[in-house]
Amino acid sequence: QGGGSAVIDMENMDDTSGSSFEDMGEMHQRMKEEEEEEEGEAGAADDEDGEFLGVKGLRGQLGRQVADQVWQAGKRQASKAFSLYANIDILRPYFDVEPAQVRARLLESMIPVKMVNFPQKIAGELYGPLMLVFTLVAILLHGMKTSDTIIREGTLMGTAIGTCFGYWLGVSSFIYFLAYLCNAQITMLQMLSLLGYGLFGHCITLFVTYNIHFHSLFYIFWLGVGGLSTLRMVAVLVSRTVGHTQRLILCGTLAALHMLFLLYLHFAYHKVVEGILDTLEGPNVPPFQRVARDIPVISNALLNTTAKAAALTL
Amino acid sequence: APPLRADRPGVAQFAELADMSLSGDITVEGEITVPVGAASPDEDFSTLDEPVRETIMRDLKAVGKKFVHVMYPRKSSALLRDWDLWGPLVLCVSLALMLQGGSADSKEDGGPQFAEVFVIIWFGAVVITLNSKLLGGTISFFQSLCVLGYCVLPLTVAMLVCRLVLLAGSGTVSFIVRLLVVLAMFAWSTLASTAFLADSQPPNRKALVVYPIFLFYFVISWMILTFTPQ
Repeated sequence: QGGGSAVIDMENMDDTSGSSFEDMGEMHQRMKEEEEEEEGEAGAADDEDGEFLGVKGLRGQLGRQVADQVWQAGKRQASKAFSLYANIDILRPYFDVEPAQVRARLLESMIPVKMVNFPQKIAGELYGPLMLVFTLVAILLHGMKTSDTIIREGTLMGTAIGTCFGYWLGVSSFIYFLAYLCNAQITMLQMLSLLGYGLFGHCITLFVTYNIHFHSLFYIFWLGVGGLSTLRMVAVLVSRTVGHTQRLILCGTLAALHMLFLLYLHFAYHKVVEGILDTLEGPNVPPFQRVARDIPVISNALLNTTAKAAALTL
Repeated sequence: APPLRADRPGVAQFAELADMSLSGDITVEGEITVPVGAASPDEDFSTLDEPVRETIMRDLKAVGKKFVHVMYPRKSSALLRDWDLWGPLVLCVSLALMLQGGSADSKEDGGPQFAEVFVIIWFGAVVITLNSKLLGGTISFFQSLCVLGYCVLPLTVAMLVCRLVLLAGSGTVSFIVRLLVVLAMFAWSTLASTAFLADSQPPNRKALVVYPIFLFYFVISWMILTFTPQ
């Protein structure tokens, strides 16, 4: 048990300002250094002090002892939690890759493999997916800047990071949950890795179409490149699931989410070229208006109208 | 000492050694020399007495020396050994101040807010550091932060130049000038930080560490290039 407040420092006896953690920390350091020598003597001194100082000193001592114990308990818990969660070595095996491997996996993510009777192998690494998510963030930023997207309650960077990471982590978790329901053989790490590499198609598509503003080009890329990467993921999942209904549910959901995400990224953050729309659809259709992404204003407007309606009825 | 045998040179007589016994206390004399590191606590205590001006000048000189190392990246370990975060802080704050856009109420969103730039730089540096550590790097956390922060210097210079060019006008010519300047400084930043950081990695994984650095400086360069004054 050691460390307990066996040593009372006579100099601080008059200071009954109560327990303060900084004092406790300091005292702890001093106590550790003197602990071994003074343990024997301290026992006797403690009893003496208790009797000598009376009520005032006793309360000070008690306060200090309590504070001391709280400090120790807190410190022990904090160091335990730190060594458990902040241990970076937990993630180390997932970053053990060579550049050649990453390159190969990037290319493979665009090639669907038609082997569905035997579970296909998924690489369980996080370096490639993480880098792809960050690349997607950078590409999104570029797209948002060139299209002059105005985001009121928030920042460009925050939105981009939130969207990309939210998609990667959120959809992975959701599909993992569905896979659990459908009895598919896939672990969370594999799902994260699969979806992460599936974003490679998104990166390519957006990189090209944010710079070359042709709608038909985007649709070709959406179907072609997006479709290929979706097919790859679907094939892997089908090979790991048994049963037609389960396969349908799982793969349908993933395909829908993946393709729709690409569609969303293109239209939500990209300037629509009004001239082309005009020529394609004729002058009768009003051009697509770009509105500032101003969600609180809309909700305010909604509130105002409902309040007015309520006032009118009353 | 027992005599060496002629037939086996260099080998002492162990049998004779066994007979020797140490009796009583043996007094040992001599001096114990403490390794160099132990001298510094004394130095630290003595710096408390020196005037503030000296302390500040010493720190400023250290920061200035590191700036020079960044502008002319050579294989010196001064940047790594005595890391400090003063330089990165100064650079980050000045870059964020210069990139300050208009207020959020204005129609033209001229640029990112101060907090955005600050967070991007520090968050990005932390992510790159974690990545290089996870890939098996031998560099410590703060050393890596220090290097990445200092290598923002060329981009800060680029920002200064861009602002000056924008004062002259914002036509196509100015855009091309700004583009060239930012591209050059971006390449300089990436090469400088690669020169310091890539050495701490196993040789075949350098590309894995360089790519996030490239992306990080690319994002900062992009923010500088697309900055439009109010």
